[in-house]
Amino acid sequence: MILDQIKYIAPELSLLCFALIIIITDLFISNKRALAVIAVVGTLVAAFFVLMLWNGQAVEAFYRTIAIDQFGLFFKLLILAATALVILASNVYVAKFERFQGEFYALLMLSAVGLMLLVSAINLITIFVALELSSISLYVLVSFLKDKKSSEAGLKYLILGSVASAILLYGMALVFGMTGNTCLTCIADYVKGMPVSNLPGTPALLVGLVLVVAGFCFKIASVPFQMWVPDVYEGAPTPITAYLSVASKAAGFAVIARILLTAFGMPDWLHNDWAMIIAVLAAVTMTVGNVTALLQTNIKRMLGYSSIAQAGYLMVGLAAMGMGSQLDGNVRSGLLFFLLSYTLTNLGAFIAIIAISNKINSDEINDYTGMGKRAPLLAVALTICMVSLTGLPPTAGLIAKIYIFSGAVDQGLLWLVIIAVINSCISAYYYFKVVKVMWMGEPASTDKVTSSWPEWLAIALCCVPVVVIGVLPGAFIALAQSASALFGI
Amino acid sequence: MNLNLLSWIVFLPVIGLIVIALIPRPGQKTVRSIALAAAMASFILSIAVFVMFDRSESAIGQMQFVEKISWIPAINSFYYLGVDGLSLPLVILMTFLGVISVLVSWKIQLNPKQYFIWILLLESSILGVFCSLDLILFFLFWELELIPMFFLISIWGSGRKEYAAYKYLIYTLVGSAFMLAGILCVYFITHTFDMTALAGIQIASSFIPLTALFFLLIVGFAIKLPVFPLHTWLPDAHTNAPTAASVILAGALLKMGGYGMIRLCVSMLPQVAVQYAPFMLTLAVIGVIYGAAVTIRQTDLKRLIAYSSVSHMGYVLLGIFALDQVSLVGASLQMFSHGVITGLLFAMVGLVYDKTHTRDLNNLSGLARQMPIIVVVFSIAGLASLGLPGTAGFAAEFITFAGSFASTVVAGMPVFTLIAVLGIVVTSGYILWMLQRVFYGYPLDKYNGVGDADAVEMISTFSFVAVIMMVGIYPAVLTNVINMGIAPIAKLIGM
Repeated sequence: MILDQIKYIAPELSLLCFALIIIITDLFISNKRALAVIAVVGTLVAAFFVLMLWNGQAVEAFYRTIAIDQFGLFFKLLILAATALVILASNVYVAKFERFQGEFYALLMLSAVGLMLLVSAINLITIFVALELSSISLYVLVSFLKDKKSSEAGLKYLILGSVASAILLYGMALVFGMTGNTCLTCIADYVKGMPVSNLPGTPALLVGLVLVVAGFCFKIASVPFQMWVPDVYEGAPTPITAYLSVASKAAGFAVIARILLTAFGMPDWLHNDWAMIIAVLAAVTMTVGNVTALLQTNIKRMLGYSSIAQAGYLMVGLAAMGMGSQLDGNVRSGLLFFLLSYTLTNLGAFIAIIAISNKINSDEINDYTGMGKRAPLLAVALTICMVSLTGLPPTAGLIAKIYIFSGAVDQGLLWLVIIAVINSCISAYYYFKVVKVMWMGEPASTDKVTSSWPEWLAIALCCVPVVVIGVLPGAFIALAQSASALFGI
Repeated sequence: MNLNLLSWIVFLPVIGLIVIALIPRPGQKTVRSIALAAAMASFILSIAVFVMFDRSESAIGQMQFVEKISWIPAINSFYYLGVDGLSLPLVILMTFLGVISVLVSWKIQLNPKQYFIWILLLESSILGVFCSLDLILFFLFWELELIPMFFLISIWGSGRKEYAAYKYLIYTLVGSAFMLAGILCVYFITHTFDMTALAGIQIASSFIPLTALFFLLIVGFAIKLPVFPLHTWLPDAHTNAPTAASVILAGALLKMGGYGMIRLCVSMLPQVAVQYAPFMLTLAVIGVIYGAAVTIRQTDLKRLIAYSSVSHMGYVLLGIFALDQVSLVGASLQMFSHGVITGLLFAMVGLVYDKTHTRDLNNLSGLARQMPIIVVVFSIAGLASLGLPGTAGFAAEFITFAGSFASTVVAGMPVFTLIAVLGIVVTSGYILWMLQRVFYGYPLDKYNGVGDADAVEMISTFSFVAVIMMVGIYPAVLTNVINMGIAPIAKLIGM
């Protein structure tokens, strides 16, 4: 019975209900702060449902369109955490939206629903629908400030996003045409036995695969589909930038990993091929991201390029997963653990930036001068995040890099790891530029920069785990390993 | 009986810094007393470890005071601490310099709370490097040291401090980036991060040529030591760093390079080390001579001492890659004695600068009249640096040269040694010339009012002198211990 399976999408349904409740409540109450409370409660309830499913049997529900496994649940938790933290951090920022605060929260949650469906979808059509659900909400959110930059960003995101969707859909159509199936495991059955000699006969399948990957490269901001990142990151409301840089990217990686490893994980020649493509893209992506970030003066743009570079490191993990037919625990969980630490770190950085720019109304790095004196704790938090993004101890960033790179070396990708570690050195320059201006310059004014308690809570929820993972990563790695167990065949 | 002494030694400074961080708006006096207490406690414990260190025959090559608990099970990494004869002197050196660096910063005015937090974190991370026996833990401490040093140079430094801080950061990061790749290769080949198990293991791999692995690992250490031509960060960092940071930088931080070379490169890949010894020795000799030659021309006191470090670290490299038991002991002793001697020299330069507000040799003259105590101590440090018998400098250099000259492992050792010995002649030249210009020229009227060292400064400088003399007169107090760590490593090379 289909109704029995409703419980498998309880997290998404509950979040959807709360989003609708917010829209309706918004009509009747004047104290908009209550909406934020409802939104946070909504994410907590959804997270509770996810945890209920955590220990259950892995199932494929709804006619094999949605898989409930720890891999998907892990990402759902990550997305919910990011959503909750972004809502907490928007607490002061939403004043800029005047009367549309309810819509802001509701759209954010709807986009989260889309992403959550996306990470557990195992059917090409479901994947596409979930992707569009999250994207359409995000198009609106990016232009939510309705000023020149924000509108431009929204339009760019819409147009380029639609192109990417079209590419993706075309790729999916080709894959369906060649294999006769839309469900990932069925495609895998078809592809599995295909000998390499069939390759000339099936170029359409390979083109389809490439186009599908290309469509998602837009989502994860990999070269050559990274052009939208800086403009959209700069123009969008900062909480949405934060959300794009973590939740949307994490979901993108989840779905790429799932498609590539489930549907195209066999035979050997095929996964070696796409792994090599991903490896080359990773090298180019991180280099382009890091080198361009060096020149940025706006902190949101800088973090935009930095997130491109981080996508490059993440792709190292993805490439490692494709390189061997036997995936041991470290190789298959590197991507997940890195995403966990990256999500916390990047969110922490963005929330600190939101808190600071609420007061100084600027995103220029030079205007952060002397922040160590004006807002010591915020400066400490931002410093921790920058140190973690660089990959220095005692933070999650270093452990995550060591971990993901060790998997890559294990799979023979030493050349890629060397490129990646050199890239880390380059990145130190621009991350430490922020640290430098905060602690070394004299502040432009002596006004203290204060923050609201929800912002503090959000920052603490990011920065404390970043340091804890940096010192005692054991349990978190174990979590990532158990969440990636399904690729361990 | 397990008191976890090493953990206490490494983390007492961290406890100190947490206490400092938690006090809201502490006064300068509170902060410095807490910092001193933490550094002192760490120092006393390290002396206790030195006293309790098992020097018997059976303990040769054994790690002592070992602590091992699982840390990251997924990659088989442990929280694994221990000391042997190689690392123990360096641990004591660091805890000693930790106390001194608090003392030389006694009068710091600019944001003392943050300053001492960074000093203590720096101390902890360097101690961690010398104590860890797990490669990942080692790497973690190795990288951790960067952050406090970056802040110390760029906030409390002078001159082109931001440039120097960045240069230091990028140089070190590049080195450690290659080291990380090397460490991961080692793990892939051997499936362990345990440094004791890796020493003497026969690494064989089709995955990466051993030569490549050797150079991946050594670049980071060579930058840190520093080896010519990777030394250019050092004069900038030293010149612009605050005194305490210079003391720690020259005293202990550079030794991480020499320590890493012996512990990782030589003991893990002895055959490659033998093969490439002539290359490394050539760099060592160039470093000695070139460093000394450049030193003569310096007019900034701090820069002068910084370049002399390049030259003196050349002796360490010479001793290491002569690959003989005696020369390795000499290199280790040279690391210790250079640590105290150059630490003292930087402390003295700091004092002179505090009093006269200049480090330019051309503006200094005849200070012997105005500051007699400083002159005596500075001269002792200078003489120790040029290797006067009776000081630590002589003991270390003599053992290094004697060992290198007699080494049969590498061909042509006497030639390398003889050229390197010339460095001593140049060293005497620049040290004596420097002392003469600063202290014994015409006394300048403008320095008539300047004071001599006060009580705190005397405590810190005299304790340096005591250590220098003690090691100089009775080097066996350290060489006995060092030998226990070096003997098994030297045996590997013979194989």
